[in-house]
Amino acid sequence: MTAPASSDVIIVGGGIMGSSAAFFLRRRGLSVTLLESDLIGRQASGTNFGNVRRQGRPLYQLALANRAIAIWREAEALLDCDVEYRQFGHMRVCYRTRPELAATMEQYAADARQSDLDLEMLSGNMLRTRFPFLGEEVLAASYSPLCGHANPRLVSPAFARAAQRLGAMVHERCAVTETAKMGDDFVVAAADGRQFRAPVLLITAGAWGDRFAAAFGEPLPLTSRAPNMCVTEPLPYALRPSVGVVTPDTEESVYIRQVERGNLVMGGSFYNPSYPDRYRVDVRPENSLSLWRQIQRLIPAVGRVSVIRTWSGIEGYLPDSAPVMGPSMTTSGLYYAFGFAGAGFQLGPGVGDTMAELIATGRTDIDLAPYRADRFSAG
Amino acid sequence: MADPVVAIIGAGPAGVRAAAALVAAGVRPVVIDEAMRAGGQIYRRQPDGFTRSYTDLYGSEADRAKAVHDCFDALHGHVDYRPQTLAWNISDRRIFTAGPDGQQVLPFDALLLCTGATDRLMPVSGWHWAGCYSLGGAQIALKAQACAIGRRTVFMGSGPLLYLVAAQYAKAGAEVAAVLDTSSMSASVAALPRLLAQPATLRVGVGLLRDLRRAGVPIHRGITPVEIHGDADRGVSGVTVRTSRGDALTIDCDAAAMGHHLRPETQLAELAGCDFAFDAMVRQWLPVRDADGRSSQPGVYLAGDGARILGAVAAEAAGELAALTILADRGYRVSDTARQDARQAVARARRFAEGLARAYPWPHEQTSALGDATILCRCEAITVGDLRRTIAETGAEEANRAKAFSRIGMGRCQGRYCGLAAAELIAGAVGTPVEAVGRLRAAAPVKPIAIGSAGRCDR
Amino acid sequence: MRVAEAGRSPITLFVDGIPAAALAGDTLMTAMLIANRSLRRSEFGGEARAGFCLMGACQDCWIWTEEGDRVRACSTPAVDGARLSTRQPATAWPTRS
Repeated sequence: MTAPASSDVIIVGGGIMGSSAAFFLRRRGLSVTLLESDLIGRQASGTNFGNVRRQGRPLYQLALANRAIAIWREAEALLDCDVEYRQFGHMRVCYRTRPELAATMEQYAADARQSDLDLEMLSGNMLRTRFPFLGEEVLAASYSPLCGHANPRLVSPAFARAAQRLGAMVHERCAVTETAKMGDDFVVAAADGRQFRAPVLLITAGAWGDRFAAAFGEPLPLTSRAPNMCVTEPLPYALRPSVGVVTPDTEESVYIRQVERGNLVMGGSFYNPSYPDRYRVDVRPENSLSLWRQIQRLIPAVGRVSVIRTWSGIEGYLPDSAPVMGPSMTTSGLYYAFGFAGAGFQLGPGVGDTMAELIATGRTDIDLAPYRADRFSAG
Repeated sequence: MADPVVAIIGAGPAGVRAAAALVAAGVRPVVIDEAMRAGGQIYRRQPDGFTRSYTDLYGSEADRAKAVHDCFDALHGHVDYRPQTLAWNISDRRIFTAGPDGQQVLPFDALLLCTGATDRLMPVSGWHWAGCYSLGGAQIALKAQACAIGRRTVFMGSGPLLYLVAAQYAKAGAEVAAVLDTSSMSASVAALPRLLAQPATLRVGVGLLRDLRRAGVPIHRGITPVEIHGDADRGVSGVTVRTSRGDALTIDCDAAAMGHHLRPETQLAELAGCDFAFDAMVRQWLPVRDADGRSSQPGVYLAGDGARILGAVAAEAAGELAALTILADRGYRVSDTARQDARQAVARARRFAEGLARAYPWPHEQTSALGDATILCRCEAITVGDLRRTIAETGAEEANRAKAFSRIGMGRCQGRYCGLAAAELIAGAVGTPVEAVGRLRAAAPVKPIAIGSAGRCDR
Repeated sequence: MRVAEAGRSPITLFVDGIPAAALAGDTLMTAMLIANRSLRRSEFGGEARAGFCLMGACQDCWIWTEEGDRVRACSTPAVDGARLSTRQPATAWPTRS
């Protein structure tokens, strides 16, 4: 048997978190092995809506989101690849049926200003004039001009390729079957018999992350969800910001953006059943229909537009919709960054950067307390 | 026991014969048909008010066409026929349809997919110009609309449709500028023993060739397509090929019909959860089915060219056979003789289809010679060079990976017309067998549907 | 180009506002291509497109009604007085943000 391949860090999970962590770790000079059971960025990281959105996040998360957006803005130069980040704004709207949400959005805008997120509240004629495509039901909007959207299919692979160019070892179709700590090192075995060894192990395995944590005595109540996505035929480019509905009701929570080629990408309403063990999602047609009914409330003109494709992907959720991010509480050298609850795409590059900083220097300015791995076990 | 809900998607020869067999056993099937009238593409009916005879429309197949039409007409009242209805998704043993009555959901006990075929295309530089059509499209223009696709048409590609449609155009009085066949005479000769499995069909083919020669149509075999000339406003103006001797040959025309036989429409089988396997003979992924029409998915059955290209005659037999299998699987008594006859007809057609595949091979090697500027994906205007660059930059070796990075097959047609050529191009560029490239995954809706078809929220 | 069946009753469509003579039983595609060389323009290359498969599979022949609804020209019968557009009407989708 050949000796295990050694590096400073092994990353398990090649989504946006793992790929960007690999990239930033290489920039800090650490040797990295990135193991992906399927192909880079094929699950939640590659199938999500593509929102690069800061508003609506918990206030404590904005520092991380701000760190991320700074990277998004230089992503093309950093990765030598246009990942289609377009800073054309992000807008949240509420309906007339829920007027109390306008006040909530206003309060959020006031609070977010402390965290370097400037939001513009729009309603009435001002809103209609600037965004004439919005439906009659829309009451008010919170607009973030310095956010936008990007192409999720491209981002994680671009990070992985950039990491590879810097010397990272990236292994696709390399399912990890066993992880153990032996002395100071982690030994990781793959299904095909290969072994890897490193003093640091970072788990960025999304909806599959809990099984790795459990192996180190940290059971996490992670569940999976699969959002409902679709894309239309191309149309004249008219909708620049990404737009989403604020509501406590899953059914009416939908979002939409237009890519520069003209297609409308939209998603939301009910979630689809997902089967992480089989890497499979059933995109339920009734959920597609629900999305199509709901999206017409937001932008009535889409009723005449044809959908050409539906899809989904598997996202990991913890009960408080916050991820686990930071060091393991049981095992030194072990780190986690997963369970981003369908809201990890924007954060991704910031998470990779933060985890690289934490692993390389032992500290970070980002407050990781809300993301502790033991927060569900404390009685 | 309660009557089972048996649904048939598609009303071509397979769907019609299946419906008849079910009705004969006392079952009232639901027949979902995208067309306005049953018949499928091969036996597509002309609209009301047209007066051409069956012989004019279907030539040597007139009797068969009429029999299929009469068969379905006789089922009136015994089938729940839903024309102009698109089955756009299948989920959890339910069919989701969009049609004249809007969105509907049909739970089923057994489903028979008779989804038919479309032309198999190999891109040629300029195939996106207006006036370039598939061979099947050129035939439908004539059959269903009494129109030719141009005043002077070049027919190019290979396969049975190439000579059939050219001969039909000549007979209808449309000018056929040339028939340009990528396959060689020697391939036809080598395929002869298998083609003799259906001697009558072979005779028809020989007759077409004779008719074209008599009409003075130039026929060139063993050609390599070079370019379809044209421009963005006026469309097609000519075709250049390299002859078997290596000379350039340019023919003026205002329309071109092209294709290389057919490929099955398998999206619904995939959405229904059927397993697929690579078939080396036709270099395509096909849904797995047993000799009696069962797919890998319990309760889902496959018949006709939508499962494997065996032609219309075999489709009738396969449709009947699959219906008898459904009945047998659900505890009905069915005739063993009828099943045995149908099995044999399908087996004969299979041998003939092997002959066709040898006589008119899919010219997959042409993808490596395509110029970078050639449009590969007509929907999204993705060029051969775009895909080659994506493969080189990203290392994408799998069909869906290449799609994710390059948008190949991401347009309205979901890769129906570029997917097979794209897979060959990837295989050639990466140096892997084409089966290792995989196939573009099907996604609902199988054809575009308006968001408004879902209705609006009541508020 | 018509090769037979010319004896059907005449109908008139309006394509981009211009009258187009057609026959009952024509598809929109036939009617429009008898009058013009193409049906629409490609969103990406801008070149004229005139359909391809005629069997509802290639999705090349989608045009608009004047109200902005999508219709697939190869599989939609022409009816007298129908008003069609080869470009997306502004009523269907805003042309600017």
